[in-house]
Amino acid sequence: MKSPLTSVALFHLGPVPITEAVVATWAIMSVLVCGALLASRRRRLVPSSTQAAFELIVETVDSQIRDTMRAEPGPYRAFIGTLFAFIFVANWTTLIPGVEPPTAHLETDAALALLVFLAVIWFGIRAGGVGGYLASFAVPNAIMIPLNFIESVTRTFSLLVRLFGNVMSGVFVIGIVLSLAGLLVPIPLMALDLLTGAVQAYIFSVLAMVFIAGAVSEAKPTQDPSIERTKS
Amino acid sequence: MNWLAAVSIASAAIAVSFGAIGPALGEGRAVAAAMDAIARQPESANVISRTLFVGLAMIETMAIYCLVIALLLLFANPLLK
Repeated sequence: MKSPLTSVALFHLGPVPITEAVVATWAIMSVLVCGALLASRRRRLVPSSTQAAFELIVETVDSQIRDTMRAEPGPYRAFIGTLFAFIFVANWTTLIPGVEPPTAHLETDAALALLVFLAVIWFGIRAGGVGGYLASFAVPNAIMIPLNFIESVTRTFSLLVRLFGNVMSGVFVIGIVLSLAGLLVPIPLMALDLLTGAVQAYIFSVLAMVFIAGAVSEAKPTQDPSIERTKS
Repeated sequence: MNWLAAVSIASAAIAVSFGAIGPALGEGRAVAAAMDAIARQPESANVISRTLFVGLAMIETMAIYCLVIALLLLFANPLLK
């Protein structure tokens, strides 16, 4: 049986090996970018049905950001929305026969978790400056500095393992059941896999929002951090 | 097959089976509490189910960690190289 932890190179681009996950990632990215460009091309005050559908998506993302972060969604919409859209589409590429979701490989998830890690730092610095962000590590007091550092690394790691484990285990279980039982048996498992994929995409973006909101509210100099901390 | 491989396979099975117990109990308690809360206050069902989903994913991650450990033992075992 093929190990789920390794990835096989499809072809080589010079010295760089190109895996299946990379090809799938670029395909998803181009589909998302082209879809977004096409959808935002002819915007009108009275929306067409396509524009209304996409406005519904954007408003849903906005309301989720407002509910979770208790902030105006303007600066976060692009990052959180793209994160959700990419992971959602990537998890659901398991619907296409022969395509493994790129999130079932460790590298894609590591890249996404690294993006969240960097975004937390960036939004934290944007909210309170470098000093304010660094001071947020000493909340509630200086003894917590090593713990807060470790937490910011381990939560990124758990974000990575969570997405990888959930998506990969779905693919893996379907493979095992298919080899044991036969053609039509894994269909209920695939339906469950779609639900898991959607929930994991949602959870990944909610956790990214929670981390960013925590960094922003702790880095802000004017507020009392002990009140804000309870919601993260 | 040497004894190291046999021990690895057995410990992978033990990791998954025992690692699933705790998250199963935890998820059961979380869902029961959420059902209770929704039955008391149906108007806040949206907020409760959203936090429930996030919490369930958090709990489920513990089982997923065990699965990842088991797969590491089976497919990327450094002792068997």
